[in-house]
Amino acid sequence: MTTIFGVPIQALFSQLLVGLINGSFYALLSLGLAIIFGLLNIVNFAHGAFYMLGALGAWLLLEHFGIGYWPALIISPLIVGLFGALIERTMLKRIRGLDPIYGLLLTFGLALVIQGVGRNYFGVSGEPYDMPSQLSGGTNLGFMFLPNYRAWVVLVSVVLCALTWFIIERTRLGSYLRAATENPLLVQAFGINVPRLITLTYGLGVGLAALAGVMAAPIYRVSPLMGADLIIVVFAVVVIGGMGSIFGSILTGFALGVIEGLTKVYYPEASSTVVFVIMAIVLLVKPAGLFGRTA
Amino acid sequence: MTARVETEPGAAVQGRAPARDMVRSLRMPTLILIAVCLVAPFVIYPVFLMKMLCWALFACAFNLLLGYVGLLSFGHALFFGAAGYLTGHAALVWGLPFELAVLTGVATSAVLGLAVGWLAIRRQGIYFAMITLALAQMFYFFCLRAPFTGGEDGIQGVPRGKLFGLISLEPNLTMYFVVLAIFLFGFFFIVRVIHSPFGQVLKAVRENEPRAVSLGYRADQYKLIAFVLSAALSGLAGSMKAVVFQLASLTDVYWTTSGEVILMVLLGGLGTVFGPVVGAVAIVCVESFFAQFGGWVTVIQGGLFVVCVLAFRRGIIGELSRVLRRPL
Repeated sequence: MTTIFGVPIQALFSQLLVGLINGSFYALLSLGLAIIFGLLNIVNFAHGAFYMLGALGAWLLLEHFGIGYWPALIISPLIVGLFGALIERTMLKRIRGLDPIYGLLLTFGLALVIQGVGRNYFGVSGEPYDMPSQLSGGTNLGFMFLPNYRAWVVLVSVVLCALTWFIIERTRLGSYLRAATENPLLVQAFGINVPRLITLTYGLGVGLAALAGVMAAPIYRVSPLMGADLIIVVFAVVVIGGMGSIFGSILTGFALGVIEGLTKVYYPEASSTVVFVIMAIVLLVKPAGLFGRTA
Repeated sequence: MTARVETEPGAAVQGRAPARDMVRSLRMPTLILIAVCLVAPFVIYPVFLMKMLCWALFACAFNLLLGYVGLLSFGHALFFGAAGYLTGHAALVWGLPFELAVLTGVATSAVLGLAVGWLAIRRQGIYFAMITLALAQMFYFFCLRAPFTGGEDGIQGVPRGKLFGLISLEPNLTMYFVVLAIFLFGFFFIVRVIHSPFGQVLKAVRENEPRAVSLGYRADQYKLIAFVLSAALSGLAGSMKAVVFQLASLTDVYWTTSGEVILMVLLGGLGTVFGPVVGAVAIVCVESFFAQFGGWVTVIQGGLFVVCVLAFRRGIIGELSRVLRRPL
């Protein structure tokens, strides 16, 4: 059996794949955080809760309406995104212009409410969610066994990240968004409805988180607290990458997922802390973050 | 950019009155506080009161940082919990007396505060909050695995010991007055710091950091000192909690604890002297009242956060101080 540094190559590649999966979720979540922060100047602490709502939505759709994975992949993020837009319109709008820490505290409170309500109705143990039959099973690549569903998650995440990057960097809507990030007042003076743009952006970011949640549902169990610890890791990812660059947050997300996977192979004890250690090192070497402008 | 918080409800009053007058205006409420604390244990169960005092000191220490320097730390559970673990370990395994066990906890928190603060003040505003949160989460995972913390069980059966080797702290009433003395020490220490020239510089950094720097103050050093002080005092609160409840557990280092202390300060009033105390008392009461409803406590905490941020940013004491037109 082939080994690399004393680890069987199959084990190495399967952990790398797990790392890539986690990296996909980090990338999708930190991407959403970066877009929201750019326009709203709010660090969305509720992002993990919306991720959980996406997964929970898919589970509820299946349980109560018999709606399967494929429609849920569209419907659940749409509903959660609308819910997010509603929250922006009713609450976040009212604290615009205040110090950003109020945004952090408000969304932290929202996360507590959403997760608390979820926990009261569903308990903490979580519910399993079956993967779609089309994607069950796997492919033998010769050097490793590749579960189809996991390959699908990585593929979709890469496509989604690329699509978001394209919309923001290459389309007219994206140019409005970038302009409004730089100077909302001036953009508004040109006749663009900035408040609507902000609501749309928040909805989009939240929807991305929910989509990640739906994709995560068959891999992890659907549980009300599935996003609670995840969001803290994503915060560390955001500190490492810096929120200034879309491409930077995508790349950092995937890279840290892979590094975490590798740590699981070579030094399992540190796998839950490695992202935070890297964050500390980056702060020492390059305080603004790898892709960040000086904050 | 340092986080600018809506804090000074009595700013106009403060502007006119020199610091000495301000301290004088605190005299009456302070006497009331002490009187209430002296009578309370004969009316209310002392252990419940000690829980309030521990949280109140923790909240005051946190307010020193958020209210007076404008730094939002989302990782203060680290210092609270770490001190609890070390105090518990020192008293139980090393057999240190009460005073030395508490000192061990406080020293640990101060050192950890120096390390975390040194890293975190490299970034400002919102990043500061995320970094402290991430470092605290790292420490949580460390505690989950480290052998001396007892993992999910925590350190149980921490002995209360004897004060100065003479007075047994087993009776709750005795323990209460010791905790009260330590709380008042911490409280007055913080009041003293706030009204010292050092505290004035902290406020200057909060209001306008570039200007403070241009006047020749090394803002980063002031922030770091304030951070270490806040961490050490949080550690004092955590140590006392470990001794009072004879337990150091994982909950105390988890991010929910950091969230709780933020809520206490926010509800009581950011940047007020008495706000954190009132906030701590209110939250401990709310929690014990709703404890029978299980998971709803989290929902209520979250709801309070939302209400405080949207409509009640001055907090209880902040509003009161605005109505009375005097700083509290």
